[in-house]
Amino acid sequence: MQIATMYFKDRAQLKLQDELLQYNLNKSKGKFVGKRAEAIRELDDFEATRDAAKSIRQRVLDNLDTWLEIFEENARARGTTVLWAETPDEVNRHVLDIAARHGLKKAIKSKSMVSEESALDHAIEAAGMKVVETDLGEYILQINDYEPPSHIIAPALHKSKEEVSALFAKVHGTAPKTGIQELCAEARAVLREHYLTGDLGITGANFLIAETGSVFLVTNEGNATLCTTLPKVHVAITGIEKVVPTLEEASTLLRLLTRSATGQSITNYVDILTGIKGAGEFHGAEHMYVILVDSGRSKVLASEVKEALRCIRCGACMNHCPVYQNIGGHSYGWVYPGPIGSVITPMFIGQEVAADLPNASTLCGSCASVCPVRIPLPELLRKHRETQVRLDLRPVGERLGLRLWTWLASRPALYAWATRLGVRVMKWLGGYEGRIHSLPLASGWTNGRDLPAPAGKTFRELYAARRRAGRQT
Amino acid sequence: MSSARDNILARVRAALGRQAADPAARSAAQVHMAAHPIGPRPALPEDLRARFLENALKLESSTDELATRKDIPVAVARYLDRLGVDRRAAGWPEFADLDWAAAGVDLAIRPTQGLDPVGVTGVYCAIAETGTLVVLAGSEAPSATLLLPDTHIAVLSAGRIVGSMEEAFALIRRERGQMPRAVNMISGPSRTGDIEQTIVLGAHGPFRVHLLILP
Repeated sequence: MQIATMYFKDRAQLKLQDELLQYNLNKSKGKFVGKRAEAIRELDDFEATRDAAKSIRQRVLDNLDTWLEIFEENARARGTTVLWAETPDEVNRHVLDIAARHGLKKAIKSKSMVSEESALDHAIEAAGMKVVETDLGEYILQINDYEPPSHIIAPALHKSKEEVSALFAKVHGTAPKTGIQELCAEARAVLREHYLTGDLGITGANFLIAETGSVFLVTNEGNATLCTTLPKVHVAITGIEKVVPTLEEASTLLRLLTRSATGQSITNYVDILTGIKGAGEFHGAEHMYVILVDSGRSKVLASEVKEALRCIRCGACMNHCPVYQNIGGHSYGWVYPGPIGSVITPMFIGQEVAADLPNASTLCGSCASVCPVRIPLPELLRKHRETQVRLDLRPVGERLGLRLWTWLASRPALYAWATRLGVRVMKWLGGYEGRIHSLPLASGWTNGRDLPAPAGKTFRELYAARRRAGRQT
Repeated sequence: MSSARDNILARVRAALGRQAADPAARSAAQVHMAAHPIGPRPALPEDLRARFLENALKLESSTDELATRKDIPVAVARYLDRLGVDRRAAGWPEFADLDWAAAGVDLAIRPTQGLDPVGVTGVYCAIAETGTLVVLAGSEAPSATLLLPDTHIAVLSAGRIVGSMEEAFALIRRERGQMPRAVNMISGPSRTGDIEQTIVLGAHGPFRVHLLILP
């Protein structure tokens, strides 16, 4: 995907002023949160299940090379070809090679965020093939000139039904529909034709099962099921971190994945694909490929933020993030928005271009409190911030300010004098209302809101006064 | 051996602080997989059938309980009449021996290719915890029959209802030895919430899932 992370501040500002987007975001706000809260109550011991999920994911990461090799052997034993891709470009090359080898003309694609990393659809089209996104949300975005997804599980979350209706009328050449039911029916009819004529099915993988060499997929629409049943070739594209040892452990993760994502006890379809079709089987892929993608994941594994690789892509962190909920997913400027995106994006595309992302958080901790695999997201965001300071990536003003602060804070007498002066000046600035409307060097804060003025004395002054008073009584 | 593979594994190993494959990790992994460790599961009542039915209804499947296998054609006719659609369907070979003509149902025993309005399939087992049907692909079990028709009628024996997904996997291991090409788990009709998070049934797969439950 085109990288736009460096424009984060400008984009976030625009999105905040975008009335239609704000209306759409407000409409969906809290829906996922409420459903999740209800769904986790069905588990007798949600916290113990989270502990189990965390250790399942961590066990794999601690010996990732071993689990990848086991997966590869077992997948191969069932006739699946396992390919490896170091970079996003290599992913696209593999897919185009496969298409050329089997003479394929039309790809039908179930949702895959990993394929967004390499803009696979564009590569397929550039090679003269057709590609159709079959997840309804992804389809809406595809026919809108490949608008980027704004959420990892609800990619068209930012669009209203009126926008979808106008888009369908324009692209399909049909009369505009008013109801959501009718819009879905129209998409169903268009996509059905593609399902029946596609010869390449492309999916991601929610999990790779090491013990059986299987690809584990969840959808509500059934589109992954169709994409892996009808075409003669199936290609699953996924990150190297997605391995899970056994089917039982995938079951534990699934209980948390669907509840954390949409608040469902299970998705309508769960498909476990193991190898190529057997003798006498009418449906199913004759050729199955799994592309194991690195594209920065091994770098994450070697870094201070390696716990981010436990992620099962449920989206709960963004659903609960006050920043994401207000600026929407597009502001972040790459494939993965929200807290998890702000942790992994700098590792995938570079600290320099994504420097704003780890700072786009109040570190309120909502994300960590809902993460089903207990990724300490605020802690990891803080690690990125430290790295930015170490690499001198922070703006000059901030660096100078911090240096000045260090100098001052390590001189207690001077610090006491300066802060006493500071709070008094600020109290005076606050005036009768006790609120500061504009403050030099802090316009980023005061442009949007007032700064409450301090009461006029520093903590150390008040503390000293109290101790004196205590001694007198 | 591809160089991408070697490079990726080398980087992963470097991150883990090792230079080559670790035989101890490998044997620990084998022991771990053989044990099939099971995580925390929600408690289930004695009566799995009742819990399954309760959950299936929550998922907007409909159910009909039959006394014997012979009743299937009449039950299918009854359901299709209620829907107001033609008594025409594609079905799996396991239903070829039943008297469909007597029930006035035109059942074609063949894999569907997209034009059949109704599909009749069997079910390998079902999961009480979530109200889920488990279908294993095979030469006698064409997968598209449960996906392409607008209406999916599934025949399930109550004795095949297990508690959890873990138990379904144990059953597959015990009875089949290995995983079939596809395990498709179905929990109610196909749905989407992609427009304004409003749930609509019949996204790509069936609008309706009707369960015929045998004792």
